[in-house]
Amino acid sequence: MNNFLDQIPSLPVADSVETIMDWLTSHLSSLFDFVQTGGQSAMDGITDLLVMIPPILFILIVALISFLATRKKFGLAIFSVVGLLFIYNQGLWEELMNTITLVIFASIIAIIIGVPIGIFMSKSKWAEGIIKPILDFMQTMPGFVYLIPAVAFFGIGVVPGVFASVIFALPPTVRFTNLGIRQVPKELVEASDSYGSTGWQKLYKVELPLAKSTIMAGINQTVLLSLSMVVIASMIGAPGLGREVLSALQRAQVGNGFVAGLSLVIFAIIIDRLTQSLNKKK
Amino acid sequence: MTKLKVDHVTKIFGKHIGSALKLVDQKKSKTEILKQTGATIGVYDASFTVNEGEIFVIMGLSGSGKSTLIRLLNHLIEPTSGGIYIDGENLSDMNKSQLRKIRREKMSMVFQNFGLFPHRTILANTEYGLEVRGISKEERRLKAEKALENAGLLPYKDQYPSQLSGGMQQRVGLARALANDPDILLMDEAFSALDPLIRKDMQDELLDLQQKVKKTIIFITHDLNEALRIGDRIAIMKDGKIIQVGTGEDILTNPANEYVRSFTEDVDRSKVITVEKAMIRPISVNVELDGPKVALQRMREEEVSVLLAVDKKREFKGYITANDALEASKRGEKSVLGFLKTDMPTVSSDTLIQDVLGTISDSPTPIAVVKGERLEGVLIRGVVIESLATSSVGGDGNE
Repeated sequence: MNNFLDQIPSLPVADSVETIMDWLTSHLSSLFDFVQTGGQSAMDGITDLLVMIPPILFILIVALISFLATRKKFGLAIFSVVGLLFIYNQGLWEELMNTITLVIFASIIAIIIGVPIGIFMSKSKWAEGIIKPILDFMQTMPGFVYLIPAVAFFGIGVVPGVFASVIFALPPTVRFTNLGIRQVPKELVEASDSYGSTGWQKLYKVELPLAKSTIMAGINQTVLLSLSMVVIASMIGAPGLGREVLSALQRAQVGNGFVAGLSLVIFAIIIDRLTQSLNKKK
Repeated sequence: MTKLKVDHVTKIFGKHIGSALKLVDQKKSKTEILKQTGATIGVYDASFTVNEGEIFVIMGLSGSGKSTLIRLLNHLIEPTSGGIYIDGENLSDMNKSQLRKIRREKMSMVFQNFGLFPHRTILANTEYGLEVRGISKEERRLKAEKALENAGLLPYKDQYPSQLSGGMQQRVGLARALANDPDILLMDEAFSALDPLIRKDMQDELLDLQQKVKKTIIFITHDLNEALRIGDRIAIMKDGKIIQVGTGEDILTNPANEYVRSFTEDVDRSKVITVEKAMIRPISVNVELDGPKVALQRMREEEVSVLLAVDKKREFKGYITANDALEASKRGEKSVLGFLKTDMPTVSSDTLIQDVLGTISDSPTPIAVVKGERLEGVLIRGVVIESLATSSVGGDGNE
């Protein structure tokens, strides 16, 4: 039996994927180069800008936003001040700014791509049937795998990091947008239709406002997932807190690893609570 | 004049629609078709017409297809076969933008659970239909505020639907529909989610409103009492079929089949109307205070020839007639006691109408309705008969 199985030649899946990748890299190289240089300079610019802001001012701004977003409660604001001061104290401020740039870029791109796909999915059973398994695939594939095409397309640096993060972080926004729109009560959709709304009017005036809190929950997940890609993306040269974690790992420096990891956790908590409280607001 | 015509409309849900439709043509029953093809018949070969300015009620129990039928009327659901004609135009022949135009301008819908948008204020909800039509902000605000004012809801315009009671929410639903000034109102179990007292108020309001605005109203209900109360004509549905169309009286006196009969019998037993419901406000004179001149003045004012007499505690004492009062006034009498008549029958306010029918037809005078000794109202023959005709109590047709 074993012999028989061995006689089937191994399918050239890996080779085919590589061929496709080669084709893409050679034929679309000018596009990738453009994205790489453009993205790199845009992100460098933003990081430089963030670094230029005096840390104390930055901390106060974050605290103020937290205070207002949580409807004038002090908890998150105090946590932000203490947490960010700690990160500054540990000499990780510039790394934090790099991480913020990466997370913001990846999240915004994921939202810009994800929300329309989610809307499209909610409008068509057929589209849902095709997109859902793709999302499953994107989420179950280990994040590391996305680094390979990212490097092939964009070399190393922050742009491939964002690319890999977007792929990894996209699914929740798509899923929650789809879910949110499908959950709008049927009677309200009928009411909108019965008054002669066009498809766009229905979407903008009824479906999106009613799906908003579900979509925001998806965006929150997307932001956190892109944050979780920070460490992985540092393997291909994306700067930031992730790189500190990685270098501590490579040199077996438990202390440094802990500090960098803790800084990531602090940042994650602030950004999670902030996006959540934005959602609760009326 | 025919406003809306439903012509052999069938709606089939599920698979094998083609073969199910063939079975419909062969007049197979709904369950038979389900068994043979697996397709569910929502509406089975329905035909009727609705005249301009009438309230047409479609009545059926749950699963009878009435909600599907009303959604076919504005093509929220597309019919499998047959045509819906509004002012002679077939909706099936229209493209999307023509259909939108019909929905925007000719027909508005009111929903069972109100269908109000929770993220919009009452005013913004009322404006919705005008907004999607592209009417300017100022104009739609004016129209919406007018509609809310007519419904007595203007003070609530900046609140959100969840802040209002069910009855008020449905008034908003109705105001939203009327703000569009449609020809046709589609009301899908519009009052079913309301509690009985508010429901009755809303029915009255709808009838009052209809006096003023004269829309063509298609009203869905599962409640025959409601149908009889508000419907000019009633269609009874069962298993997707229209079994009978007629006035309330037609349906009570000549039920098309056993099914309809069982319904109407149910109404007769369940609907036990007391005289309290049929009585009208008494026009009275106080025997201890008023003289013949006051009595005559009041008769002129109220355009009646008989006044009920009460004392200070509003206890029923008798009645006086116009002739007697005139003569007493000529004689210069100061009190009505001299010509007070006491031969008017009285009934207690909780008596069933059926039980006083004999008294009413025998008595030459109206009948006083009392609670204890206190005068509550008066029964006049015409009003009682009218209340029987519209609320179908008595059920004489069946006996």
